[in-house]
Amino acid sequence: MASPVTAASSPVPESTGVGLIDCDVHNVVPSDAALRPYLPAKWRSYAELVGSRTYSPYVKGYRYPKVSPAGGSRVDAWPSSGQLPGSDLDFMREQLLDQYGVDRAILNCLYRAAEQRNEEYGAALARAVNEWQIENWLERDSRLRASVTVAFETPDLAATEIERAAQHPGFVQVLLFPRTKEPLGRRRYWPLFEAAARCGLPVGIHFASTTVTPITSGGWPSYYIEDHTVMSMAFQAQLTSLIMEGVFDRFPDLKLVLIEGGFAWVPPLMWRLDDLYHRMRDEVPHLRRLPSEYVRDQVKITTQPMEEPENPRHLLDLIEQVGRQTLMFSTDYPHWDFDNPRRAFQVKLPKDLSELIMRENARSFYRL
Amino acid sequence: MTWRIDCDVHNAVPDISALFAYLPTRWSDYCVEHGVDSLAPNYYPPNMAFTAKPEARTGEAEPGSDAAVVGKQVLDEGEIDIAILNCLYAIQPIHNEDWAVAMARAVNDWQAAHWLEVDNRFRASIVVPTQSPERAAEEIHRAAENRGFVQVLLLAFSEMPLGRRCYWPIFQAAAENGLPVGVHPGIAGANPLLPTGWPSYCIEDYAAASGAMQSQLVSLVCEGAFQKYATLKVVMLESGVSWLPSLMWRLDKNWKGLRREIPWVNEPPSTVIRDHVRFTVAPFDGPERADEVLRLVDQMGSTELLLYASDYPHWHHRDAETSLLRHLSSEERAKVTGGNAAELYRLDADQVVR
Repeated sequence: MASPVTAASSPVPESTGVGLIDCDVHNVVPSDAALRPYLPAKWRSYAELVGSRTYSPYVKGYRYPKVSPAGGSRVDAWPSSGQLPGSDLDFMREQLLDQYGVDRAILNCLYRAAEQRNEEYGAALARAVNEWQIENWLERDSRLRASVTVAFETPDLAATEIERAAQHPGFVQVLLFPRTKEPLGRRRYWPLFEAAARCGLPVGIHFASTTVTPITSGGWPSYYIEDHTVMSMAFQAQLTSLIMEGVFDRFPDLKLVLIEGGFAWVPPLMWRLDDLYHRMRDEVPHLRRLPSEYVRDQVKITTQPMEEPENPRHLLDLIEQVGRQTLMFSTDYPHWDFDNPRRAFQVKLPKDLSELIMRENARSFYRL
Repeated sequence: MTWRIDCDVHNAVPDISALFAYLPTRWSDYCVEHGVDSLAPNYYPPNMAFTAKPEARTGEAEPGSDAAVVGKQVLDEGEIDIAILNCLYAIQPIHNEDWAVAMARAVNDWQAAHWLEVDNRFRASIVVPTQSPERAAEEIHRAAENRGFVQVLLLAFSEMPLGRRCYWPIFQAAAENGLPVGVHPGIAGANPLLPTGWPSYCIEDYAAASGAMQSQLVSLVCEGAFQKYATLKVVMLESGVSWLPSLMWRLDKNWKGLRREIPWVNEPPSTVIRDHVRFTVAPFDGPERADEVLRLVDQMGSTELLLYASDYPHWHHRDAETSLLRHLSSEERAKVTGGNAAELYRLDADQVVR
């Protein structure tokens, strides 16, 4: 979201010759027809006979219409072809990669394979999305990397797809959404984490307004502004679950990336969890460390939507509290709340910190 | 004088039969015939440390169930002038609306007889059947005739977000009686405790309570409850408070981008929150370092938002004194330990018997 207040001078390093790394860019499947060539005949028939069935009451469209391509994209992100925002690589090059000197972009395709109630169809769609990504994105621009789409509610099938897709060097991450059927730390998801750790891929969790479980424990709110605001609670729930279930202990090589969930909540959650742990640790004797220590070592967080404290200087304090090696810059192109890399920070970052957040943290983390 | 007001003390129903004198025979018979022994909430396993402070475990009755013990431990030994009781006996998740209405009335009448009448330093929150907001409003009007009731109690794990219009009769009744509405963690609906389903551990439930409270605060602000009821005050009880600045930043930012969706919210959400919402400080789930605590208080905007509480009998790792109060000036301490609550609950100096 464009901020009405002061824009700091550019934190983008300009003299090194190496551009920034954007850790959250959305490539969009233009239509279901685009996936047909990558589906086996069995599932092409199924797609024609039945098609998509999720937890949504609508054939198409959303209960919070803002999340549709029309409602959720920058108005200037529609390519001249009329295709959906994020679906045209040439236009993405022009509007994002070239314009801002993006040296590497991590693509997070938000196609909802994992929401399919027919689990095997969902897994087939996920595989098709990954094949589509290879042919239409990874092999067409060397600046692009991508996340593996998986049917994460079917962890055994997801693990198979992770193993398969990981053989292509363009895939650098496994993509999940924050609104799962059960908290992600629970055992049913462990095959997925095991596969990701074995393949050396971090697991990213990206904002998504999905339909399976109410976004609040008090039920469904009326407005998108609520859904968006409290999405950070879903991220907190997942992080808490992964810590408390001992997933980070069990898979010490596992890395987690929290994408588009905010980061101002991180210090308060760490204070709260450490405080509770002192009183309730007997319930979770399998933990080997303080809750906050797992976050320091095994979690990265992307910056968009940028936090905007009332006192801009508090952003610097916040970054230090979260950890200067934890944050990785992201734009969320082409969505409505895109963060412009030259204007996102409301306070000027010291040069060394800027280099870490805009590039180095992501470069070393994803081995780019 | 310097007030000391404890804004979150939990009185427990010792046994369901204690309510029978306040129930129509139809419902006391119903409880007996159906083997309903207890509606105690399940989120505090009796033997876990956080469930009760060591001194509250007298070995005779359930912690918090004996008014004399609570009076001695909270009021006398704690040097507290007024304690506000928030009874968590779980009538809110009952599916049968008529039964829930009868149980809420019984709990309130039991509170009046066994607590408010016994020690005039106690005040209590009105337990309401949120299953029917209209009948909850009737119960508020009925119970509020006893001036010992100073608040309406709602639970955070609700059937629907509490700001939604269907709940507005409750806010209207509270506003008409000049009562703040307290929101406390607790199960009233049937939704999973997390936006990701049900967690495995108590420590996750407890951590999740702050998310539930934040979601309710967002709902109350975005639905326009505070524009509709300009005098309405909401108290977030046992919510933690360290999350407040981060939530206000996020909601203010989203309001700038999305306010066309909620045009009745005509000032930044952080302004609405600071004008209408207060927070108890047990637990104060903040940082350890003094400079970080003071920065957090600065980010909240004012110590006027904070209300002292012990959360008796629950036992936290740090109490309000060690985690927060020792870092404040004496003036700010006085506000947090009593002045803010005295103003909010309109308690007069001559009501204090100490």
